[in-house]
Amino acid sequence: MIEIRNIAKAFGKLQVLNGIDISLEKGKIYAFLGPNGSGKTTLIKSILGLTQPDKGEIFIQDENIKDNWRYKSRIGYMPQIARFPENLNMMELFRMTMDIRKTPANEEKYISYFNLEDARDKKLKNLSGGTKQKVNAVLAFMFNPDILIFDEPSVGLDPVSHLKLKDLIREERDKGKTILLTTHILSEVEELADEVIFLLEGKIYFKGTVQNLVQTQNERNLERAIAQLLLQSEKKTKKLNLKAA
Amino acid sequence: MTTFPQHSRNFLFTVLALVLPVLLGAATILAKTLTVSPTGKIRSVKEAVRLAQPYDTIWVNAGIYHENEITIDKPLAIIGRQQAVLDARFKKGIFSVMAENVLIAGLTLQNVEESFTKNYAAVRVRGGGHVTVRNNTILNSYYGVYLEQTDSCTVSHNLIRGNAKQESTSGNAIHLWRTDHINIVSNKVSGHRDGIYLETSSNSTITGNISQNNLRYGLHFMFSDNNSYQRNQFMRNGSGIAVMYSRNIIMTDNLFEENWGAAAYGILLKDITDGYIERNIFRQNTTGIYAEGSSRLLLKNNEFRNNGWAVRLLGSSEDLTFEQNNFIGNTFEISTSTNYSSHNTFRANYWSSYTGYDLDKDGTGDVPHKPVKLFSYLLEDIPTSVVLLRSLFIDLLELMEKVAPVLTPENVLDNEPSTRLNVWKS
Amino acid sequence: MNSLTKIIKYSFYDTWRSWWALLYGLFFLVISVTLLYFSGDFNKALVSLLNIILLLVPLISTVFGVMYAYNSREFTELLLAQPLKRNNIFLGQYLGLTLSLMLSLGLGLGIAFILFAGTAEESVHLGMLTLCGALLTAIFTGLAFLVSVLFEDRVKGFGIAILIWLFAAVIYDGLLLAFLVIFNDYPLEKATIGLTLFNPIDLSRILILLRLETAALLGYTGAVFNKFFGTASGMAVSLGALLLWIIIPLVIFLRKVQHKDF
Repeated sequence: MIEIRNIAKAFGKLQVLNGIDISLEKGKIYAFLGPNGSGKTTLIKSILGLTQPDKGEIFIQDENIKDNWRYKSRIGYMPQIARFPENLNMMELFRMTMDIRKTPANEEKYISYFNLEDARDKKLKNLSGGTKQKVNAVLAFMFNPDILIFDEPSVGLDPVSHLKLKDLIREERDKGKTILLTTHILSEVEELADEVIFLLEGKIYFKGTVQNLVQTQNERNLERAIAQLLLQSEKKTKKLNLKAA
Repeated sequence: MTTFPQHSRNFLFTVLALVLPVLLGAATILAKTLTVSPTGKIRSVKEAVRLAQPYDTIWVNAGIYHENEITIDKPLAIIGRQQAVLDARFKKGIFSVMAENVLIAGLTLQNVEESFTKNYAAVRVRGGGHVTVRNNTILNSYYGVYLEQTDSCTVSHNLIRGNAKQESTSGNAIHLWRTDHINIVSNKVSGHRDGIYLETSSNSTITGNISQNNLRYGLHFMFSDNNSYQRNQFMRNGSGIAVMYSRNIIMTDNLFEENWGAAAYGILLKDITDGYIERNIFRQNTTGIYAEGSSRLLLKNNEFRNNGWAVRLLGSSEDLTFEQNNFIGNTFEISTSTNYSSHNTFRANYWSSYTGYDLDKDGTGDVPHKPVKLFSYLLEDIPTSVVLLRSLFIDLLELMEKVAPVLTPENVLDNEPSTRLNVWKS
Repeated sequence: MNSLTKIIKYSFYDTWRSWWALLYGLFFLVISVTLLYFSGDFNKALVSLLNIILLLVPLISTVFGVMYAYNSREFTELLLAQPLKRNNIFLGQYLGLTLSLMLSLGLGLGIAFILFAGTAEESVHLGMLTLCGALLTAIFTGLAFLVSVLFEDRVKGFGIAILIWLFAAVIYDGLLLAFLVIFNDYPLEKATIGLTLFNPIDLSRILILLRLETAALLGYTGAVFNKFFGTASGMAVSLGALLLWIIIPLVIFLRKVQHKDF
């Protein structure tokens, strides 16, 4: 589904991605973990074409995404922060994206699913942060894309909506979608992720199932396993820093 | 020379006063009439002039007469009927008058030769006097009416229209040189080098003329004292009006309009002393009045409207009084040369850019008006900076100068500016 | 309809409906109506209007341009995740904002003009004024967009954009004057014409003043300027320069943004 080959990206002197190779299959949920600055977001943005890698190639359904924009019609993206044109209302926003994508959408299903009926004619700038996040979620789902990407989807969502979102994500996985997810909430990872990809210093430090991760780290649960990973990474970073010094 | 005693001199005058009209009347009664026509007995004006006795009248019937160099050496009246056209076909001039008491009227005179050496004219008066040139149409002529060393002539109601292309190859519509007591009334002159030109000519009245679209000046005089210019209109002349080296001039009720160009002035006053410039309108000229070396002039009740510079004063101008004029919508009201330290008076003028107030509502502003802008001062030194006209930067400089004047002359000041438009009867 | 026009449509729609677009248009309406009504002299009102337009249009276009460019960052990311050409997104946003600003300005001046319809000549003057206002809008929103892509930090970007405006509106003229003072002994007319081409505000000012205050600009060496700016070819060069002021920053902006990481 998604082939990432030897991706590297530096912002100035900072090497954010340093040779990433993964292939992501359909019908699976991938959780991207890692400390801040490990390159999660950059990787996701590279897939979306927001960031252009210095090196390497990304294939989506065997199509190289470099200098290509049409493939994005197969992706649904829910960003971390929701900001919209202030003076449009929700329905106008949906209509606009439909206008742009020209693919059939079932926004009504998701509007009612997330209880957004009341927000239809409200200007987007007057919506609460949580509601905006729900609008974002609808935008991601409504075109029934093959690939769904969520950047910290739980931020700002109320518990009920969060639950609903998670259900929806699973549902989509079961339909055979490829789902990418970054999150800080480990319960989310435990609940959803088929595979965990732990990034560190721009490299894949671990890739495998949750169980796998727990086992390799000799811990009781995911939280501790992650903590263990982070601890190791910190040590490693320190070493690196010492070396550098 | 014998001198009469006082009483006998008076007697002689009385006799002359009684007898002269009778003699003249007798001459008029004795005078006969000749008619020129294309098919008649006399077929050319030249011929008629040759045949005529003094004080005869020559009527010119409709027709085109190819004539030039008609010399008039006796008192005659030459009057054209409608469509009487004298065409020189660009060979020399048409009338050359050398006698007194000549009338040339109602004719169309056209196509006088251009020349670098000779001043060919449609009507040229040399010597003599009491010549009247009236109601003629003068077209495409090098010079229109040329008066030289003569006096007491009248040039009135003529239409003089030239087709001048270059200053160097064109003459003036009405040209006066060494004359005295000439009346120039209600002529329309255009398309020549200068519209009305006076040189060393005194005691003239120039009234009700319209002078426009001339290559150089609409009115141009120098060394011409004691002349008055009233109710004339000068419009769109290449360089406007230039008057120089003259004394005792009166200019009233004239209109100076749309004289545009780097060196065009409503009036350029150069070395003009003692005079009145009143009730004139200066509208949309690059410069309304430019005064250089002029002194003792009263400028009163003039209207300066929408000029680039209403008045430009060079340092050498002294004792000019600007009183009860209206300055409306000019880019610059007064501009002075950078070395300006002269004493000229500004009093009770209306300035549309006045920003002061009039608390007691008596029509006189409570704060003096300073008509010299910093920018106009700057322009005198650095003409190119005109590109900064109305820029924010200049506005800021102007504001600073207003708060703390450094460069603009302190003594150009109207201490009692009028807050209402001045009105006057014309 | 292609994606570019769609983006233009929506960002135009978005900005046009905001209260400040209304306020902006209303401001010019009130100002021009007041000036035309109270001054009684059409040309004089136009000169005052010119001063206001030359001051405010670049400033407001700069401010709105910067604010829009930075504030729509997140939404731009959302758009970038949609199947759209990058250039179309940014060009569309630029055109949408510029057109809505132009429309506000045009309506403000236009309504005033309909209310106080003048002669044909006066309409041409007002048309020229509106055209210059529109061009300045396009120029300064373009510069603001360029600044927003060159500086990640929005406070810095805002500062730089304001500096650019200040430079064009005031400082440039100060430097020009200093230049003219220093090199007063040389014939500078042509150089000065050249230098004004480098400042769109100066250029617009001169183009309009040549119509309104011909008398003053004809004075002195003014004739030289008139010979340049007053002729059809000079006019074409000036308008061409103004267009370059739109195109060059915009092209740089689009090239920068093509390779920018979000």
